[in-house]
Amino acid sequence: MAKRKLLKGNVGLCYGAIAARCNAFFGYPITPQNEVPEYMSELMPANGGVFIQAESELAAINMVYGAAAAGKRAMTSSSSPGISLKQEGISYIAASELPCVIVNVQRGGPGLGNTLPGQADYFQAVKGGGHGDYRLLTLAPWSVQDCYDFMPMAFDLADKYRNPVMILMDAIIGQMLEQVDLHNDFPVTDFPKPWATNGAKSRTHNIVNSLWIDPDVMEELNNRLKAKYEMAQREETRFQEFYTKDAELVLVAYGCPARICRTVVDLAREEGMRVGLLRPITLYPFPSQQIAALAQNGKRFMVVEMSQGQMVEDVRLAVNGMADVAFYGRTGGIVPNPTEILNEVRASFGKPPVVSYYQNTAPCKEATN
Amino acid sequence: MHQEIRIAGMGGQGIMIIGQLLAHATVLEGSNVVWFPTYGPETRGGTAECTVIVSSEEIGSPVSSSPHALIALDQLLLDKFAQSVRREGLIMVNSSLAKAPDYRDDCQIVALPANDIAEELGSSKAANMVMLGAYVQIVKPVSLDSIIECMTEVLPPHNHRFIPLNKAALEKGAQLV
Repeated sequence: MAKRKLLKGNVGLCYGAIAARCNAFFGYPITPQNEVPEYMSELMPANGGVFIQAESELAAINMVYGAAAAGKRAMTSSSSPGISLKQEGISYIAASELPCVIVNVQRGGPGLGNTLPGQADYFQAVKGGGHGDYRLLTLAPWSVQDCYDFMPMAFDLADKYRNPVMILMDAIIGQMLEQVDLHNDFPVTDFPKPWATNGAKSRTHNIVNSLWIDPDVMEELNNRLKAKYEMAQREETRFQEFYTKDAELVLVAYGCPARICRTVVDLAREEGMRVGLLRPITLYPFPSQQIAALAQNGKRFMVVEMSQGQMVEDVRLAVNGMADVAFYGRTGGIVPNPTEILNEVRASFGKPPVVSYYQNTAPCKEATN
Repeated sequence: MHQEIRIAGMGGQGIMIIGQLLAHATVLEGSNVVWFPTYGPETRGGTAECTVIVSSEEIGSPVSSSPHALIALDQLLLDKFAQSVRREGLIMVNSSLAKAPDYRDDCQIVALPANDIAEELGSSKAANMVMLGAYVQIVKPVSLDSIIECMTEVLPPHNHRFIPLNKAALEKGAQLV
C-alpha cells in the first residue's frame, strides 16, 4: 500500500535514494541540505548501505569516485559552496565515465553567500562545472514528490549513460514540508557493470582512469562523451507545460520559481491575459526544441529565476532571435512572490501593477483591485 | 478552502513547531499543505518565520504574496509583517510582548497576552500553543483534536512530557476567542 507522509524535500530525496537501491552515501554538512546526511546516516545502514560523513567535500566526492568505480550506486549531497569544492572530483568522475548522483540544494552566492534559497549555480550545473568537456545530466524537482521520484530516475540515468547526474534544487524545495506518496513503485532495470574494479578474479583487470597522454585516445574519449550527450538530448529531455497552447506569453522557470509561476498563470488568466508555463524537468538536456517550436508559433517568453539570469541564456539560444525573451530575477536569498511576478506579466501586457490586498509596502487603506 | 498563514517570532518561541502542527493536522484531515521556514544561522535569539498554505486544491506557489493571517509572537516580527497581511485579513498578536497595530483597521485584530496565559498554566514557553489554539478556533482550518493528535508525531520524544501543558494552552487559547 502506498504510504503518504508529510516530509521535507531533503528527506524525500533520502527515501528516494533508498528506493533507488543506493549503496553508499558520502557527505559533509552544509545548510540548507543538512537533513540529507542526517536522515541518510540512519537510512543507509538500516538498508544495508554505507554512510560516511567525510572530513571534507573533497573527500566525500572522491569516496563517491571510488565507490562508483567499484560498481556501486553512490551519491553525495551538498549546497552551493560545497558543490564548488567537489568540482575537481566531478570532472574526474565524468572523465572516468562513472555513474553517480550529486544533489545541490542551492543557496545564496557567490562565495559563502547565505543559507537562503538561490538558483545561481545553474551555469555550473548544466555547463559542466569543473574543467574539461563534460556535462552533467541535470534534474530539477519542484515538489517533495519530485524529490522522491527523481532519485531512482537519477540513478538509472547515471547508470545508463555512465555519467554523473545532478539534482539541482533550491533551499525552499529542500526545506519545505509537503505530502509525498512513498509508493516504492519504480521500474528496476539491471545495468551490468563489466568495467567495475571490484576484484579481478578469473578475468583481466579493469582500469578506471582519467589521464590519457595520447591525444588520439583523449579525443576518442571526448567524442564518446559527445555522442552520449547527443543521445541524452534525443532520449532524455523532459519538461512540463501548462496552458502553453493558446498562450501569448510563456513563463519559463524551474524549481521553486516554477511553482510560483504556476500560481501566476492562474492569476493572469483570471485577468484575461493568456499566459502559460514551461517548466524544464531536465535542465541538461534542455528542452530547446520545444521552446523553439513555441517561439515559432509566435509566443513571447519571460524567464523567472532566483539569479541575475542564467537559464535565460539557454532560452535565448533556443529561441534564436525568433521571439522576445524577457527576464525577471531576485537574488540574495529573496524569493519572488506571485504578485511581483504578476506585475511583471501585467507590465508586459501594458497594464499597470496590481495595487490591491497584495500590496505589502505602502499602507493598505487605499487599496483597490 | 485556501488559507495562507504566516507565523513569526523570535527563535525559541516555537514558531516552527506550531506551523508544523498545523501542517500535520491538515494532512491528517485530508487537505493539501505546504510549510516552509525562514530563519537565520543563529541557534537562538534570531528571528524565525514560517509560511503555511492550507488548501483543498493543489497548491502552486509555496510562497505567499500576502497571507490571510499573521500570527506574531513578538513586536519585531509584527512590525515587519503586519503590512503584508491581505485586506480584511486576520492579525493575531501576542500582547504580552507586542502592541497591536493601529494602522490596519481593515483587519480583524486579535490580541492575547499569550505569555501570561501560558505562564499561569505552567510555563510561558507554551505561549505559541495559546496563539495556535486561538487561530484554529477562529479560522477552523482543522480541528483542535487533529492538532492534539499530531503532537506525538511532531514533537521529539524527549518533549512528549510537555504534551499535557501544550494541550491545556491550546485549549485555553481556543476558549479565549
